[in-house]
Amino acid sequence: MGTHSSSGSFVADVKTAWNDLRAVVGAGHVRAGSELDAVDVFIPQMVVEPANAEEIAHALKIATDAGLRVIPCGGTTKRDWGNPLRHDGQSGELILSTRRSNRVVEHAWGDMTATVEAGCTFQQLQKTLAEHGQRLALDPLWPERATIGGILATNDSGPLRIRFGSLRDLIIGITLALPDGTLAKSGGKVVKNVAGYDLPKLATGSLGTLGMITQAIFRLHPIPRETRTLSFASSEGLTSGRESLHDLVLAIQDCNMVPTGVQMRAASSPTENELHEVDVRFEGTTAGCEAQIEQTLRMASGARRIEAPADVWNARSTLWTGVEPSAICKFSLVPTEIASFLGLIRKVSRSPSLHWRLVAQAVGVGLLRLEGNDNATLLSALEDLRKQVESRGGSLVILRCPLEIKSKMDVWGSASDALPLMKSIKARFDPRGTLNPGRFVGGI
Amino acid sequence: MEARILDQFRAIVGRGLITETSQLHTYECDGLTNFRVLPQAVLLPALTAEVQAIVQICQREKIPFVARGSGTGLSGGALPVDKGIVISLARMNRILEVDLLNARVVAEPGVINADVTQRVAPHGYFYAPDPSSQSVCSIGGNVAENSGGAHCLKYGFTTTHVLALEVVLPDGSIVHLGSRALDRPGYDLPGIFVGSEGTLGIATKVVLRIVKKPAVIQTLLAAFNTTEEAGAAVSGIIGAGMLPAAIEMMDNLAIQAAEASVHAGYPDCGGLLLVELDGPAAEVEHLIEEVSAICTQCGAWEIRVAQSEAERAVFWKGRKAAFAAMGRISPNYIVQDGVIPRTALPKVLSEIERMSAAAGLRVANVFHAGDGNLHPLVLYDGRIAGQEERAMELSINILRLCVQCGGSITGEHGVGEEKKMMMGEMFAEPDLATMQLVRCAFDPEQLSNPGKVFPRTRFCAERTGPYQPHPLEVAGVAQFF
Repeated sequence: MGTHSSSGSFVADVKTAWNDLRAVVGAGHVRAGSELDAVDVFIPQMVVEPANAEEIAHALKIATDAGLRVIPCGGTTKRDWGNPLRHDGQSGELILSTRRSNRVVEHAWGDMTATVEAGCTFQQLQKTLAEHGQRLALDPLWPERATIGGILATNDSGPLRIRFGSLRDLIIGITLALPDGTLAKSGGKVVKNVAGYDLPKLATGSLGTLGMITQAIFRLHPIPRETRTLSFASSEGLTSGRESLHDLVLAIQDCNMVPTGVQMRAASSPTENELHEVDVRFEGTTAGCEAQIEQTLRMASGARRIEAPADVWNARSTLWTGVEPSAICKFSLVPTEIASFLGLIRKVSRSPSLHWRLVAQAVGVGLLRLEGNDNATLLSALEDLRKQVESRGGSLVILRCPLEIKSKMDVWGSASDALPLMKSIKARFDPRGTLNPGRFVGGI
Repeated sequence: MEARILDQFRAIVGRGLITETSQLHTYECDGLTNFRVLPQAVLLPALTAEVQAIVQICQREKIPFVARGSGTGLSGGALPVDKGIVISLARMNRILEVDLLNARVVAEPGVINADVTQRVAPHGYFYAPDPSSQSVCSIGGNVAENSGGAHCLKYGFTTTHVLALEVVLPDGSIVHLGSRALDRPGYDLPGIFVGSEGTLGIATKVVLRIVKKPAVIQTLLAAFNTTEEAGAAVSGIIGAGMLPAAIEMMDNLAIQAAEASVHAGYPDCGGLLLVELDGPAAEVEHLIEEVSAICTQCGAWEIRVAQSEAERAVFWKGRKAAFAAMGRISPNYIVQDGVIPRTALPKVLSEIERMSAAAGLRVANVFHAGDGNLHPLVLYDGRIAGQEERAMELSINILRLCVQCGGSITGEHGVGEEKKMMMGEMFAEPDLATMQLVRCAFDPEQLSNPGKVFPRTRFCAERTGPYQPHPLEVAGVAQFF
């Protein structure tokens, strides 16, 4: 066990730990960390790549016993999400990667479930499921690189959630490796199951702070027979046109159609002619799609129909490119507040002048990119925006921003009165603070 | 219970304190009537602050408490505990807010499930979770059990429809879990609280998500000679890429009981399917034809599509009354709640038939076939010596069979008191120990519905990890079973 009081014995313990880790995963799968592995600007000493759940659990135990800090990692697409790692300068840090543990363990297509290891990329999983005409009804960012474990830990979801829910509605089982080396299963392979606590939900969105997800089981959906998308734009320069598009988004949710995507795209403009666009998607039988498209066209008679860009349902990912410095945030509000949220963005970005782009899902969740001339401008805009969003019962989480901003602003926002409870859960699962210390809500 | 404590309780709830033995008997069990414990007292608070004050006293005096809704649970979740009190939420039954534009309803825990739908139906919305007891069961009870129902195949369970909760924790503090907006940063506490069977605290307010009524609902009834044929039709429907709102199956014994009880007009057949499709008219009309064709291919000799809302209601009446209807064909019965992967259905059904014959007891089968949730009803006559024991053994063996097939011991009724000994067959000790970490974070002193869900009470000070015998076990004082 690492003694933190004396750096001499600590170093000795860490050396032993590295050797132990090499023994568990094989020397070829332990390497020194480099700039390419940096989390924010912090470079962990080692990168360890176990082959399976047992090795992950074993490695975690070794790290915990030696007082090392562990950063769980998958496809590295969202590695910088969360607050900066809290490190005391004494303990060592390592990245524990799931990339070698990447199999689709089972596709029980007759039961419409799949068991998959955490390191499997989303695209690889979907490819396997498609062989039997099925899919995981989720559309996360960067599917070709993002892994199941990382997508779960960050609770990423896209436009499909309006119909299929988010990960919490799709995951039915999980295996977690805890810092003490325990491998624990919860849930199971059946869609309907209320035996025991729902740990799959607890782990989803926990940023790897409770345990490392080594395996997950999902309920699946059929690949739709037909998919159709409609896009509309507000008439240029007409405020009323913008408003009617917001109304359209609300009206579609308040009628009995079943879209599998309703999103709004908007961006600042040097003139007053801010362009707003809305995309609506239907899936199902040809007749069902056509009938709903007709109904939508009737409802949208005031809007201008446009040709949808080819990759429009992946529009979220385009927010990651643009002028720097920038900040990318995830916002969440009740659906009726989205219109006033746009007003808020306009207000905070007016002076000094900021550019912005957003992609909002009709359910009230979306991503916003803010671009400013300097960090100070961005910081003050973010603080302003968050205050307003939180006062409306929503949240604004910063996903990516300059480190200077991260050091001044909690990326997660204000914690609720449930924070002591969350800290108590963390303390039970990870009493020594091995996993991602300081990176989660309220300093967890 | 000491008079000074009762006085404190009385100061909080006034006449909402029950201590008369004759009245306490009402609360000695829930829908699972073969377990009974008389509580020390029953309290009926009307406000969150009263619930909090009660729990604070329980905390101070180390009195275990059990929250209770309508008492319709089928696993003994609301069974009182020895030397404990029952906190009934029946008086907290107001719908506090309806926000149609955002499809949210704020309800107190004592609100009846069906009342939520009734309240929003004029505006074209409904509350999707629909346990068969929905006309009497409460939202708080639904939250505790993560209740399902026939339509959760498409719409999801209670947990899908609970966005936020106000909860009185076992230490007497009030916390807010989740939010009306989605994805509140932090751990998914509504996700862990819903379905925790009253072991993590008491919900005093619940923010529900309501759903827009589908444009069209069509319900089809198909009669088959055997449950195997009906099961093949279910696989055919799912395999064709459809997601019906519900697929229900009943075997001949269940049909007989339902007919004797509510005269639903079901055909006398070996396997009956009820398939409900909903959605846009153009889609439903097309798909109901496909379902019909699949049923015919699989041997259906009678297919009816409900032609009116009234006829649809009759189709469902027989199914929803199926449990209670068993009283018509058997003096006593045990209802089980196993889940199996759908593809294991033929194997499990023939095995149940074999086990039923071996035990000399009839088993009626009612299933949510779409999601593999079985409700085998083991029929027996309690007046005949030994039958009840045989019936319990058979029903446990059926659950064991479900687990062996990769399924679960409970799909919607909860573990409660009844099935806690089965948890060890479904989960290994490290799995259960990890769940206990959550319990210890919420309720380190284990005052909230203690002794339920888990096969034994783990003390929160115990270390986790690989199983280690408790000192009492080593000393031979207590047994882990």
